[in-house]
Amino acid sequence: MMIDYETLKLVWWALIAVLLIGFALTGGFDLGAAALLPFVGKTDEERRVAINAIGPTWEGNQTWLITAGGAIFAAWPLVYAAAFSVFYIAFMLLLFALFLRPVGFDYRSKVTDPRWRTTWDWGLFVGGLVPAILCGVAIGNLFVGLSFRFDDTMRVSYGAGFFSLLNPFSLFCGVVSLAMLLLHGATFLHLRTDADVQRRARTAVIAFGLVTALLFALGGIWVRQLAGLHIAEIGDVNGVVTPLSKSVQVGEGGWLANFSLWPLAWLAPVAGLAGALLAALSGYLRWQWPAFLASGLAITGIILTAGLALFPFVLPSSLDINSSLTVWDSVSSRKTLAIMLGVVIVFLPIISIYTTWVYRVMRGTVTVDRIRKETHTSY
Amino acid sequence: MLPAADVVELSRLQFGLTAMFHFLFVPLTLGLSWILVICESMYVMTGQQVYKDMTRFWGKLFGINFAMGVTTGITLEFQFGTNWAYYSHYVGDIFGVPLAIEGLMAFFLESTFVGLFFFGWDRLSKGQHLFVTFLVALGSNLSALWILIANGWMQNPVGAVFNPETMRMELASLGEVFFNPVAQVKFVHTVAAGYVAASMFVLGVSAWYLLKARDTGFALRSFAIAAGFGLASTLSVAVLGDESGYTAGEVQKVKMAAIEAEWETQPAPAAFNLFAIPDQENERNHYEVKIPYVLGLIATRSLDKEVTGIKDLKVEHEVRIRSGMQAYDALSKMKAGDKSEAVKAQFAKHEKDLGFGLLLKKYTPNVIDATEAQIKAAANDTIPQVAPLYWSFRVMVGLGMWFLFIFAASFYFLARRNLAPQRWLLKLAVWSIPLPWIAIECGWFVAEYGRQPWTISGILPTRLSASALDAGQLHFSLIGLLGIYSLLFAVEMYLMLKYIRLGPSSLHTGRYFREAQAQQA
Repeated sequence: MMIDYETLKLVWWALIAVLLIGFALTGGFDLGAAALLPFVGKTDEERRVAINAIGPTWEGNQTWLITAGGAIFAAWPLVYAAAFSVFYIAFMLLLFALFLRPVGFDYRSKVTDPRWRTTWDWGLFVGGLVPAILCGVAIGNLFVGLSFRFDDTMRVSYGAGFFSLLNPFSLFCGVVSLAMLLLHGATFLHLRTDADVQRRARTAVIAFGLVTALLFALGGIWVRQLAGLHIAEIGDVNGVVTPLSKSVQVGEGGWLANFSLWPLAWLAPVAGLAGALLAALSGYLRWQWPAFLASGLAITGIILTAGLALFPFVLPSSLDINSSLTVWDSVSSRKTLAIMLGVVIVFLPIISIYTTWVYRVMRGTVTVDRIRKETHTSY
Repeated sequence: MLPAADVVELSRLQFGLTAMFHFLFVPLTLGLSWILVICESMYVMTGQQVYKDMTRFWGKLFGINFAMGVTTGITLEFQFGTNWAYYSHYVGDIFGVPLAIEGLMAFFLESTFVGLFFFGWDRLSKGQHLFVTFLVALGSNLSALWILIANGWMQNPVGAVFNPETMRMELASLGEVFFNPVAQVKFVHTVAAGYVAASMFVLGVSAWYLLKARDTGFALRSFAIAAGFGLASTLSVAVLGDESGYTAGEVQKVKMAAIEAEWETQPAPAAFNLFAIPDQENERNHYEVKIPYVLGLIATRSLDKEVTGIKDLKVEHEVRIRSGMQAYDALSKMKAGDKSEAVKAQFAKHEKDLGFGLLLKKYTPNVIDATEAQIKAAANDTIPQVAPLYWSFRVMVGLGMWFLFIFAASFYFLARRNLAPQRWLLKLAVWSIPLPWIAIECGWFVAEYGRQPWTISGILPTRLSASALDAGQLHFSLIGLLGIYSLLFAVEMYLMLKYIRLGPSSLHTGRYFREAQAQQA
């Protein structure tokens, strides 16, 4: 079966989206639940309930992020090179926060001293909170544009530094992302715990469902103020095109132009908004599964909204708009894209099957009683 | 514009430190996971509770180590992008493939099932749980396979071609990348070294229990499994040592010459340099002790092939640098729009030496205007410092022989059912616990320091590979990484020692040493 290069490029945009959304849907509730730790767990045992609700499966969930990183390296090497280095300091902060998670989960309950446990609880809190914010700040900066350019050997150089990343719109996106993942974490805890932890999680579901919906709508208004980019001229996208061979203009209609081009794209923001509101409503009605699924819908909708608004751009540059990376010119060779597509088609279903099985084995409500009974084997 | 020299050095330092730190935890994961499979198989086959306790206790230590492996592994996955942006662009089309496959095929498997290993004991049948443990071991070892395919490609970049249009290397054959002889021997050598490390760990800790005469049945069984697994693994590391990979690829030849401090090409079969003090400046050795024939046998597996010496390699490299200048010249003309057949032919003829031309970039941005002195300097750059490689290699090999002795002696006295009186051996086993890590770090040092001045052997010089960051950013990340890593390392060691001291009584089954003592009191 031969797929043309243009289709492969589009398929890879979709696959990267699948991996990132996969991380947000699974790793997302781990981050959210960890960031809610001080709120939902007032005692050591209650915090252990929350930690053990996510503990046995968080590791696999984070692998979506690791795999997305590897897939971006293989499919969009220029994006991998430019994005990770232009975000250098932010990326290091993200890493430092992520460091606290594997050790936080595994080490926290191996010593009974309350000071030890409290310290690790704060570690897990930071490990959930900081990545949740930084991911949003990164997405926000895509809309504002990043300070990088390429020379004719495709070496990337940088303009403004770390603090330029902390512009108002990007910080706002960080808050949206945090609210969204707190919502998701809350719906998961609401589903998997009982008693006081569940009661507090329910409050968080209602609150962050409403906050997410409100902020997302505000973001839609704010993004109209930003200048969007569009491609004025590019070679044959079915062939090899290099970033510097195209010309980019600041476009009419900003970043929302795609939504007038493809009315169906409106489904994404509608899903984002409706999902968040439905999650809040389900929380209010104590519907556990609907709340969790609705918050998953919200996350999918919000991330897709951002992706579709930027399309075909992946990494817009503010330093030299022609250096902006798009799905057409940041990709690997056709051969690599085709091989990797085959690998994904084989492994993604297998991963989904065994992940589902592991969740089935570990199903059931985590309670304070259970933590007491299994105090030596739980996290 | 190239990144500043100090930024490149700092990036190298950061990558080297974080990679070596990561590899303090990987070997134990690779090997201990199989030891868990062995213990649990014994449990499933015999039904004896002690084997389940062994699986769970060594599994606890596995978990403490595994968490650090995951923590430090994240850095490596993303550091190519943050610190080595040009490298990522230049070879991502090939290098990214094994990394992505590693995620999909291996790391997902390992991390999804590791939670079930710890929390699935009461939720799974015996057989199901054993299968889960097996999948964790399989996942972590497959992970090593794909990472070493990526690393092997850096040492011997096969199956790839340069594309002048995109200014990068592109995949020509995944099969060649996968079956790269350097990658294959590296994989076997590296995982087997991990098995040795894990075996020495279990052997030493069990020996300590035996010396203290506590939990003897538990410790003796663990000791036996470690001795058997360790002996088999040490033999495979020795027999499948990765010297056989040193004949393929340019950098590998240089490494071979450097670890032997082989300045002049010797007639076949070459003698092995048992002891020498290499003198880089004068290109000779002091106080040499040589064993005839041995090097030729190890390196070429033959009696009639030569092992090329450093001086001759340097001459070869100078020729390739001059050819690389031609390639660079043709490439520049093509970039400027010259589509003539003459230029294409010139590029095709010299293409394989383009990387050697790029070595001149640090001396002159235009490459083609390099002076004779600059060409000589670039040729000199192709030879890494010999003494550190020479000695690291010997430390590694010497320690390997020591492990063989410890495992063989342990195995012998176990078979004679006469282990307990051999307190000297038990003590040596305890004190030998850190040694495999030293050997392993030495091995990685030889492989990666010996690869300099290249990131991709013969293709891309290190000097060009780094991101054009500023030194302040590197200082920030280095201080942060060093601080957090040191802190976490202290915490990890504390927990390891705490749980080793507790021993199997940390399982709270009521069957072991400290618990019995507590009940009596």
